[in-house]
Amino acid sequence: MSESKFETALDLVTRVPGVRGAMLVSAADGVVVAEALMDEMKGNAVAALAASLAGRLRRAVEGAGRGAPRFVQLTGSEGTLLAAPWGEEVLLVAVADRSVNAGLARLEMFRALEILA
Amino acid sequence: MRAVEPWVVAPLEAFLHESQAKLCLLMTTAGQVIAQHGFVRAVDVMGVAALGAGIVASTGELARTLSWPPFGMVVHQGPQQAHLLASFDTPRGRWIALVVFGTDTSLGLVQLFLEQLVQDLAAAAPAAPAPQPVLAADFERELNSSLRTLFGS
Repeated sequence: MSESKFETALDLVTRVPGVRGAMLVSAADGVVVAEALMDEMKGNAVAALAASLAGRLRRAVEGAGRGAPRFVQLTGSEGTLLAAPWGEEVLLVAVADRSVNAGLARLEMFRALEILA
Repeated sequence: MRAVEPWVVAPLEAFLHESQAKLCLLMTTAGQVIAQHGFVRAVDVMGVAALGAGIVASTGELARTLSWPPFGMVVHQGPQQAHLLASFDTPRGRWIALVVFGTDTSLGLVQLFLEQLVQDLAAAAPAAPAPQPVLAADFERELNSSLRTLFGS
C-alpha cells in the first residue's frame, strides 16, 4: 500500500464540507495508521476511543446475529463521528461538525475504502 | 492495588478502571516500587521492577548511542497480552510505568489513559518534603514499611 493511496482516500473524505478530519486506525490496537486532521484535534484519543467503540459495537451486532457492522454513525450535540471498517484490521474514521451531510460523507467513505482495497 | 505514596492511589485507580489493564507497576528509574496492581508475590514485583528499569535504561542508552531523543515508550505485543513500558516526569522525579494488558482493551486506550495518569499524578503530588540525612536504621525501617504496604506482609 503506497503512502499516496492513503492520502488520496483520506482526502476524498476530508473534502466533504463539515468533515474536520479523517484517519485510518488499527482496529485491534486503536492506534493511528494515517491521518488528515485539523490541528487542534487529538488524533490518538479519537483513534483509541473510536476503535474501542467500533469493536464493542461489532461484538454487539454479531451477538444479535446481524453480521459485522458496515458503518457506524454516532451523532452528538456538537458533531458526528463516522466509522467504516476496512476488513477486520483497519477502521476508517471521520469526525464532522453538525453541518455535515452525513449521507454524502458516508458515500465518500465507501469510495475511499474502494481506493484502499 | 497498593501504593507506598497515598496520593498515587486515586490517579492510579482511575487509570486501572479506564484502561482495563491487568497488571501495573509504578517505579522510579532506579527500580524502587511506588505502587503495584495485580501482582501477588513480592519476588515477582522485585524482579519485574528491576527488569523494567533495566529495559528503560538500556533503550535510553541505545537512543543516546544512535543520537536519537530518548524513547518515550516501549511496547512488546503478543497475541493474547502485551506490555508497555513508559518513562515520564513527575514532581517527584522521573518514574516508569509498566502496564500489562490483554485483548479486552487496546494499546491506544492504554496510551491515552496513561497520558491522563501522568497529568493526574502531576496535579495530585504534594510538595516534596525537605531532604533528610539517610541513616541506616531509617533506611531499613522505611524499606520494611514499604514492603508491608505493597504486599501486606
